[in-house]
Amino acid sequence: MSVLIFTENWDGKFKKLSYELISYGIEIAKKLNTSAVALSIGNVEDDELKVLGKYGIKKVISVKDDRLNNLVNQAYASVISDVAGKENADIVILSNNYSGKALAPGISVKLKAGVVAGAIALPSSFDPFTVSKMTFTGKADTKIIIKSAIKIITLSQNSFEVIESPTDVNIENISIEMKDADFQTEVKDVQKIKGKIILTDAEVVVSGGRGMKSAEHWGEIEELAELLGAATACSRPVSDEGWRPHEEHTGQTGKIIAPNLYIACGISGAIQHLAGVAASKCIVAINKDNEAPIFESADYGIIGDVHKVLPELIKAVKDFKSEG
Amino acid sequence: MKILVCISNVPDTTTKIKFVDNNTKFDTNGIQWIINPWDELALTRALQLKEESNGAIEKITVINVGLIDSEPTIRKALAIGADDAIRINAEPLDAYSVAAQMAEVIKKDPYDIIMAGIESSDYNGSLVGGMLAEFLDIPSVSSVSSLNIDGGNVELSREISGGKEILETKVPFLAIVQKGIAIDPRIPSMRGIMMARKKPLNVSEPIEVDSLTEYSVYELPKPKSKCKMVDPENVKELIDLLHNEAKII
Ligand SMILES: Cc1cc2nc3c(=O)[nH]c(=O)nc-3n(C[C@H](O)[C@H](O)[C@H](O)COP(=O)(O)OP(=O)(O)OC[C@H]3O[C@@H](n4cnc5c(N)ncnc54)[C@H](O)[C@@H]3O)c2cc1C
Ligand SMILES: Nc1ncnc2c1ncn2[C@@H]1O[C@H](COP(=O)(O)O)[C@@H](O)[C@H]1O
Repeated sequence: MSVLIFTENWDGKFKKLSYELISYGIEIAKKLNTSAVALSIGNVEDDELKVLGKYGIKKVISVKDDRLNNLVNQAYASVISDVAGKENADIVILSNNYSGKALAPGISVKLKAGVVAGAIALPSSFDPFTVSKMTFTGKADTKIIIKSAIKIITLSQNSFEVIESPTDVNIENISIEMKDADFQTEVKDVQKIKGKIILTDAEVVVSGGRGMKSAEHWGEIEELAELLGAATACSRPVSDEGWRPHEEHTGQTGKIIAPNLYIACGISGAIQHLAGVAASKCIVAINKDNEAPIFESADYGIIGDVHKVLPELIKAVKDFKSEG
Repeated sequence: MKILVCISNVPDTTTKIKFVDNNTKFDTNGIQWIINPWDELALTRALQLKEESNGAIEKITVINVGLIDSEPTIRKALAIGADDAIRINAEPLDAYSVAAQMAEVIKKDPYDIIMAGIESSDYNGSLVGGMLAEFLDIPSVSSVSSLNIDGGNVELSREISGGKEILETKVPFLAIVQKGIAIDPRIPSMRGIMMARKKPLNVSEPIEVDSLTEYSVYELPKPKSKCKMVDPENVKELIDLLHNEAKII
């Protein structure tokens, strides 16, 4: 028995997300009195692999292979399933991000393992194995029982605290035999977003709606985001109008995010918009209409003109930062 | 060439969600059912591809695992423009069993391109598409935001954590689609609705398959405490609250 944690890397580096996963996996292993093993796929230097020990993992398996530099669903799912078999893992943990969503289903079928996608907490019971997740676009919380012997959990970002418990790491470099049949998709080009916080990773998000009035006004959103180390987002009409790129649109038909803080500027709070952001830990709304529905979902609100409030807010954040 | 679009039947996002039997069952009373928004976009793209293909794409089929009450949703897909439909007569228990059911039917009559949505708006699993590809042993490309066919080659773009990839693949494959695949969903025309009644909706009996997961208890999130209002003349207070009370910054 063991807990296998797939720790994805970004250009050879890990992120907070990887540490959340390790902390979560270690906690489960402790409760079950078993060991936890991290699996890294792709070119990550040993020094970087050792960083994972800071979060309590003792064993890291590293699979380096040039064919695995890009995420190929089939090949990655095969590698993870193989390693799960070798390690006798009965719990496999991934992140509920693009990669986790791409890989969990394949691993599930290979190992005949039930999945809870988007877990928001530790299992509430181990027998039956029960884990909570959000359903109905954030409108309900559902406890799901996994009945199969092997279990897969994909963890929602920002839903488990990083816990440090430094330990020495034993790195095992292994090679896995791969089938050509697993490489039928070919990546022609990769366009990475550089120098910007990625929306689906962000802990703080500053978002603008139609109330911002025009694309020219986004300077304020970007400045506030920069100060807070936040990503920028928008409502659907804003991306439809072409004020912002489509990648930024949140909601039922856009991205679904759950940052610690979501600041909605000039967004009415339509149910389709909330479907993408309601799971945020804290929502701040700035809107000139005191009856805007966004205030029903917000924790803090300012009734006022965004074009007056945002410059004030930017100033207040600057003051706060300079006071330390 | 033939394209298959997986359709899940979900409650309209704007309807209120309620639970019964001690919160162990979803109350379907008064629920408005729709085609899962991503599936509607997938179908829209499939129809565009067929129209652009000069006859190379002969047929667009939609498939659903569901009991008879999902037929109005399937008919809507036919009204939008699908040529025919398959309904596998089983209650969708979990992603694994739904994918296994579909795989059984598809193996007997394979498709060149299969499309599924990135997630269904009820259980938000993001699982069925990837599982189906694995059952069928065909490649899947996840989070696809554009799909173009050029002769025998298929070009796709997909979102990955932190960027975008352009990929090439050959048929058969399964695309798990998200925003961008089509801009607006097609809506059925009057003529489409009339024609849909005559299009084939084939019902297929399910196989025996285990589900691996079970929904045990539902909970509505606790009502949010009232929104705290901050005076627009004193924005600094918001920063204090975020720092000292919410402890976020
Ligand atoms: C099937 C379907 C799917 C959809 N999916 C999505 C989705 O994924 N995401 C999404 O966002 N929407 C989605 N929508 C659209 C959604 O219903 C709303 O129309 C949209 O969210 C509204 O965007 P908004 O709040 O920016 O604009 P509006 O509704 O126009 O609201 C603008 C707000 O700004 C305020 N305002 C105006 N001027 C100022 C000012 N100077 N200062 C302060 N406040 C000001 C106004 O009071 C108002 O509340 C969908 C709709 C449908 C039918
Ligand atoms: N019962 C079903 N019948 C047919 N397709 C389905 C069904 N459930 C889910 N799907 C497909 O799988 C996608 C992802 O669903 P899910 O894994 O439930 O989030 C949906 O967008 C559909 O394309």
